[in-house]
Amino acid sequence: MRLSEKKKCSIAIGPIHPALKEPIQIEVKIEGEKVTDVDFALGHVHRGIEWIGLRRNPLQILYLAERVCGICNISHPLAFCTAIENAANIKVPERAEYLRVIYAELERIHSHLLFLGVAAHELGFDSILHYTWLVREKVLDIIEYLTGNRITKAVLMIGGIRRDITREQIPKIKEMLKYYEKVYKKLCDIFLDDPTIKLRTRDIGILTKEQALKLCIVGPTARASGVKKDIRQDFPYAAYADLKIEAITPATLLNEIRGDVFDRVIVRLLEVKQSIDIIKRCLKEMPEGPIMHEPVLQKLLVELKQIANEGIALVEAPRGELIHYIRMESSEAPVAWKIRAPTYANVHAIPEILKDCQLADVPIVVASIDPCISCTNRAIIADKNITLNQEKLHGLSVKKTLALIDDKAKGEGDD
Amino acid sequence: MIEFVYLGLEALIIILLALFFALLFNGIERKLIARMQARIGPPIIQPFIDVKKLFIKENIVPDNAIPWIFNSMPLIALASSLLVLLYIPFGGMPALLQNYGDIILVVYIMLIPSLALAIGAFASGSPYASIGAQREVVIMISYEFVLSVVVIAIAWLFSLAFPQANAFSFATINEHAIWNIAEPVGIAGIFLLFISSLAVMPAKIGKLPADLAEAKTEIADGVLVEYSGRNLALLYMAQATRMLAFASLIVALFLPWNLSSIFSLSGVPALISDFAFFLVKVFVIMFVSGIFVSAASARLKIDQAAKCYISFIFLLSLIGLMLIGLDIIL
Repeated sequence: MRLSEKKKCSIAIGPIHPALKEPIQIEVKIEGEKVTDVDFALGHVHRGIEWIGLRRNPLQILYLAERVCGICNISHPLAFCTAIENAANIKVPERAEYLRVIYAELERIHSHLLFLGVAAHELGFDSILHYTWLVREKVLDIIEYLTGNRITKAVLMIGGIRRDITREQIPKIKEMLKYYEKVYKKLCDIFLDDPTIKLRTRDIGILTKEQALKLCIVGPTARASGVKKDIRQDFPYAAYADLKIEAITPATLLNEIRGDVFDRVIVRLLEVKQSIDIIKRCLKEMPEGPIMHEPVLQKLLVELKQIANEGIALVEAPRGELIHYIRMESSEAPVAWKIRAPTYANVHAIPEILKDCQLADVPIVVASIDPCISCTNRAIIADKNITLNQEKLHGLSVKKTLALIDDKAKGEGDD
Repeated sequence: MIEFVYLGLEALIIILLALFFALLFNGIERKLIARMQARIGPPIIQPFIDVKKLFIKENIVPDNAIPWIFNSMPLIALASSLLVLLYIPFGGMPALLQNYGDIILVVYIMLIPSLALAIGAFASGSPYASIGAQREVVIMISYEFVLSVVVIAIAWLFSLAFPQANAFSFATINEHAIWNIAEPVGIAGIFLLFISSLAVMPAKIGKLPADLAEAKTEIADGVLVEYSGRNLALLYMAQATRMLAFASLIVALFLPWNLSSIFSLSGVPALISDFAFFLVKVFVIMFVSGIFVSAASARLKIDQAAKCYISFIFLLSLIGLMLIGLDIIL
C-alpha cells in the first residue's frame, strides 16, 4: 500500500459511549481523523408508549405523556392536553393559559442550561459543566417550590392546570429571575469570549439555511441557521399569542449567522434570557380567575368520553416543534395517539452537519442539536432489509390508523 | 559489588517515595480540581484506593490483542517514568545516577512512557485505542521540538559559562542557578524557555487541553480503553509518575534554589528542608501548568494542538534560544 492511500476505518459511536447520554448509534467512516461518511440508527429505547396509551383513558395518558421525556415533561403533557382540548372544544381559563406559559418557560430555562453543560462536557470543559449544572439547581428548586417535584411536575390537567401560583410565591420567583439575569451575563462571558470554546465550535458542523429548510429542521437548531421559525411565534398556543414572542436567531446578538455549533449554543443562551423576560411579563399580566375548566375529574372524564373527533397540537418544546395527534371515537381510550418529538426532525441533520468534520468534532456536533433520543424512539424496524421512503412511511402510517379504526368498529360490533 | 547493593537500595527508596508522592499529588490534584468546579471531590488518598482496587481486579486481554506487547507496555511505561527520577537531583542532593547519564538521556527516557502507551494501544487491537495512539504520536512529535530547543539552549549557556565542566550533566546544572549566569537579555530568553517548557507539560502528561490520546468524550479513553486490572493500575501509576518526573525536571532545570543556602542550615535539617522545598516547587509547577490550565480550558483538536506546539510554542522557545545567543554574543 502506498503511503498516500489512507485506509478507511469505521468507528461506531454508540449506542453506549461516554459522549452520549442516551442510546443512538452513529456509524462514522473515517480517513485518519477526517469523517467521510455518517449513518445513524435509532430504536434502542423504544418503550411503546403510544401503544400503552391506546389502552388508557385521557386522564391516565396525561401521566404517560409526562414520562415520554425526562426533560420536556411540561411540553409533552401540554401538547397532549391541547390536542384533547382541541378535539373536545374545551375552553381553558385564561389564568391557566398564563400558568402553562410560566411552567413551560421554567422548563426551557432548565433544559437549555442542561444543554450548555452537556456541550461544555463534550468539549472536555468540565468546569463549565459543573457551573451550569450548579446554577440549574436554582430553577429546579423553584419548580419544586411551585409544584412539589423537581422533574415530573404533574401540574397539567386537561382543561387547565392543577396548581396555582399564589401571591406569596411570586417574590421567590422574582428573586430567581434576578439570579438568572446575573448568571446569564456570566454565561455570555464564558461562551462568547472563551478562546478554547470558540476554537472548538466556530465554523464546525455548519448547517446552512437551505439545508435546514430542506431537512425541515425545527427549534433552536433551525433558528441558529437563520430560519425564523418558532411555534410560539407562528402558531401560538396557551398565552403566547398575548405575549408576541419573536423567534431568536444568532443575528440578535452577533449580526451574522453562520449556522455552526457556536451559533446553536448562542441561540440557546439567548433563549434563556427570552424565557426570563417571558416569565416576568406573565407574572405581571396574569389575570385572576379559575385555573380549571372542570375541577371534578369524574365529570371531566364523562365529557372526554363523548369526544368523537381528532385533535392536533403544536408546542415549542425546548428542542423544537413537538406535535401530538389524538383521535377519539366516543370511547374511553383514544383510537390513535401519535407523537412527533422535535429530535425526530433534527436527527436527520446529523449526517449533513458531520460531513468534513474531524472525529474529535463528532460528540459536540451531535450534542449541538440537543438530541433527546427517548422522545424520538417511536418505532422499531424489525426487517432491516426494507428501505423506508416517504411514500412507504406514509402508507404504513395510514394502514396502521385504518386498522385501528376497523378494530375498534369490529370490537364495538361484537359487543 | 557492595556499592551496587547500596545503589540498588537507594534506588528502591527513591522509587517508593516517588510512587507515594506521585499518587499523593494526584489525589491533591483531583481534590483541587473538584474544589475549582464547586464539587466536594474524592478524599486525598483516593488514588491509593483506586490502585489497590485495580490490582485485585481481573486483568482482561482482548482476543485480537498481541498479549506480550499489550502486557509488557504498562510495565515499561512505569519503569521508564520512575527511571527519570533517578537522574534528577532532588533539592541539594546529587542525583543517584548522575555519573551514568545526562540531560539528553533524560529527555530520551521521558519519551518512553508515551511511546509505550502508544505501542500498547496499537497492540490492543481496538479502533478507539489506535486513534488514541495515533494522536499520542502526533502530539509527541510536535512537542519534542520544543524540549530539544530548551535542552540545547541550556547546555549552550552552561558550556560557555563553565568551559571545563560537562554542560549536559545535572551536576553542573544543579550547582549553578541558570538565572545567575546570564545577562538581562539572556534572562529574558531563559524565561521564554521556562514558559515554553510549562506549555509542553499538559501534552507531556496527557492533561487538558492536550489530553487528546485519552479524550474521554471522543474516543472513550483512547489509549487506555482496553486496559483493565493490574495493567491499568500500572498505567495509572505511570501517568502520575510521569507528571511528577516532568515537573521535577522543570524544577531541576529552572528553579534550582534551596532553603538551606538561604537559612544556612546544614546536616539533616538542611536535607529535610531542601527535600520539602523541592516537593513544594514541584507541586507549584504542577498546579500552574497541569491543574489550573486543565480546569480552565476545553480540549483542543489534534490539528489545533499540533499547530499550537509546532508553530507558536516552538517559535517561543526559538526566540528564547535567540535571546540567549544574543546574550552570549554581547
